[in-house]
Amino acid sequence: MTTQENSQTIRTIGIGGAAGDGIREAGLHLAELFNILGYQSFLSFSYPSLIRGGHNYSRISFSKEKVWNDYSELDVLIALNAESVRLHLHELKKNALVFVERSYANELQDTGATIIPLPFADLAKEINARAVARTTVGIGAFAYISGLTPEKTHDLIFSAFKDVGDEVNATLAEKGYLLAESLAVPKWQDILIETQKEKTEVVDGNKAVGKGFLAAGLDFYFSYPMTPSSSLLHFLAKESLGGKLKTIQPEDEISAINMAIGAAYAGKKAAVGTATGGFALMQEAFSFAGISETPIVALVSQRQGPATGVPTNTSQGDLQFVLHSGHGEFPRIVIAPGDPEESYLAAGNALDLVWKYQMPAIILLDKHLSESSQTAALDSSKIIQKEAKKWSGEEEYQRYQFTEDGISPLAFPGTENAVIKLTSYEHDEFGIATEDTVLVKKMTEKRFKKGEMLAQELSLYETVKIYGDISSDTAILFWGSPKGAILEAVKHLKKQVKVVQILWMEPFDTDRVSKELANISKIISIEGNHNGQLVALLREKTGIVPHHKISRYDSKPFDPTELAKKIDELL
Amino acid sequence: MELATKSKITWCPGCPNSAILVSYRKAITELVTEGKLKIENLVSAAGIGCHGKITDYLNTNTFEALHGRVISSATGIKLGNPNLRVVAFTGDGDSLSEGFSHLLHAAERNVGISVFLHNNETFALTTGQATFLSPKGFKGPSTPGGSIDEPMNPALILLSVGATFVARTYALDIEGTKKIMKAAMEHRGFAFVEIIQPCITFFDTRDHYKEVIEPIPEDFPRSDLWAAIAKVREVNKKVPVGIFYQMQKPTFEEKI
Repeated sequence: MTTQENSQTIRTIGIGGAAGDGIREAGLHLAELFNILGYQSFLSFSYPSLIRGGHNYSRISFSKEKVWNDYSELDVLIALNAESVRLHLHELKKNALVFVERSYANELQDTGATIIPLPFADLAKEINARAVARTTVGIGAFAYISGLTPEKTHDLIFSAFKDVGDEVNATLAEKGYLLAESLAVPKWQDILIETQKEKTEVVDGNKAVGKGFLAAGLDFYFSYPMTPSSSLLHFLAKESLGGKLKTIQPEDEISAINMAIGAAYAGKKAAVGTATGGFALMQEAFSFAGISETPIVALVSQRQGPATGVPTNTSQGDLQFVLHSGHGEFPRIVIAPGDPEESYLAAGNALDLVWKYQMPAIILLDKHLSESSQTAALDSSKIIQKEAKKWSGEEEYQRYQFTEDGISPLAFPGTENAVIKLTSYEHDEFGIATEDTVLVKKMTEKRFKKGEMLAQELSLYETVKIYGDISSDTAILFWGSPKGAILEAVKHLKKQVKVVQILWMEPFDTDRVSKELANISKIISIEGNHNGQLVALLREKTGIVPHHKISRYDSKPFDPTELAKKIDELL
Repeated sequence: MELATKSKITWCPGCPNSAILVSYRKAITELVTEGKLKIENLVSAAGIGCHGKITDYLNTNTFEALHGRVISSATGIKLGNPNLRVVAFTGDGDSLSEGFSHLLHAAERNVGISVFLHNNETFALTTGQATFLSPKGFKGPSTPGGSIDEPMNPALILLSVGATFVARTYALDIEGTKKIMKAAMEHRGFAFVEIIQPCITFFDTRDHYKEVIEPIPEDFPRSDLWAAIAKVREVNKKVPVGIFYQMQKPTFEEKI
């Protein structure tokens, strides 16, 4: 089974070159072009940890229907060097076209692929365009084979490339288009057709988190650069140029989170963002947010560890780490979305919830989700916003006042007649350090009471999502970014299955998860880690043990076609 | 204005930290009386160490941070609400060992906070180990053969990274310390005050400092960076105290 059989619906284009060749940007512009045409797409980007050279690769699968993940089998490959052809030769579908930089065409004749030489570099030089724009020649050639008219291609490039220079790119695309035409490159049967659609955008997981933060009124973002979280820092830094948001890059991750706690004490909505290695540095302060009941949200994106690991590749190896992050016991929120739309809601809802419950939250992404883009509809009306509990001004202010629901009223420095004492020590209601065992116990219980109150509200949120055949006796269980590959894979299975996604890891929706997995005779769990970390959590919370595990821990995301084969073997 | 809390003071009887507390309360009272400070706009932050207990003894807004991180949190507080007057108490262990980089970066950025560094030349709360300000040869439980490191000079370091207010004072000089605290809290930008604070239990230097403390002249040229650098280095015979340097430049919170 390959996507060839389903090629009416999903096609895939690869764009390869060296770092610095603008490979990612070419993919993003192509995704934007599909978005304008009313097509859904999924764009992944892989690259080594270096700035120049190496193999950079954008891959985009598109269709009129929702595309949950990109496929490895290619209909078109746009290659700026010979290496990009040789590395992906085995992924070319029958009849696939390879547009390659002309100077490498001869040495690739032995590959057996349909090699179409295009003078990317010369055409760019001819019109004094920057070298990174030369991929647009390939996009023009693609426009020809996909049946777009020259006029439509011109308009599309004008719209999709408006951020980087529409004239130059429109000219390069036109040259690519005409060259493909003059070479009589075979056109596709199923040509691209523009359709009306709901308002969508091309967005990756990090940017979706940023937009969720903005929708929920973020005031401060503190972040030290670390792949794969940095693109959120870049996005929010740009957003800070005009709006009320302020984005700060401090000297290290430890400073970032301690600044965030300070800003939240002063009454501002603050978030931090980092990769799991950077979050390891934030542990003590995360615990500080727990005991001091300070509302902060941490975007944490996983990459393959341990330590520096494989810095630009993906992993789901840190679920148990974030669930137990910070020393000592305190309640926290951990949400692990699986796509940009879920990332958006997770960020917006988390920023609201941390203020209502005065506890820290983690949004757990991974490289694959953080940096892969897809067509998405972000809907701010789905973000739940509630009022935080504020001090009435009537009685003496006590930051850690005991209350029935464990939530103490908030006041901020600058408020007359209120003395606001925040502390990293265990404390009394006023905020003075204590070693009194009765108080220590009572304060611990007060904090956990908030976690219990939050757990009672789980029905308001999509803690668990169900897909596929809900009546099937076989279920696939997963969390996070494998969502895309799994929802694509189930389209190709020999049997219909139920698919269960867990989004809320803490508090864990034990009732709902148990209910969804009751009467299932075969549970197959799929995770991008070695140990089966969701399996461990599931057993801890429900006693349920999946029957089969599919694990991937070579630092690459799941591929839908390969995954479907593996699942089929277990059905 | 009641600046004391119900908390029992647990510093050693006679500890110069109590003198620092008295100086600070006097500074606050005078600034409020003079109409230069609204008490609700004051945040007194501190790190972890003997100095950090000061937050429990102050009936003002306080923020008791993690060990070594008070400068970062104080920066966040100031960014969150630039109208607040933020004072960060710290120690030689707290900001020159554990959180050194935060101190340097905050000074360089000219964050509008006042940093009062209690320099007792030892880790007192953990029973007297050597810090990076302990003199060479310092004998503590972790350096039974004597410390092998030369001590750093915090005022010199802060001048070199661009702090816009640098002063040194002696804890047992309550009036002098109060005066410098007030000047620091009135400074627009990053103010650094090293407070020499003998640890009477683990490293009692009172007799030594009584002899060597020497106030700099009232007319010391505070705008001359090189004069300040030369003066703060003179610690071999006499230890000069006073405001060495003060200048104005845009603050971090104004620039972001």
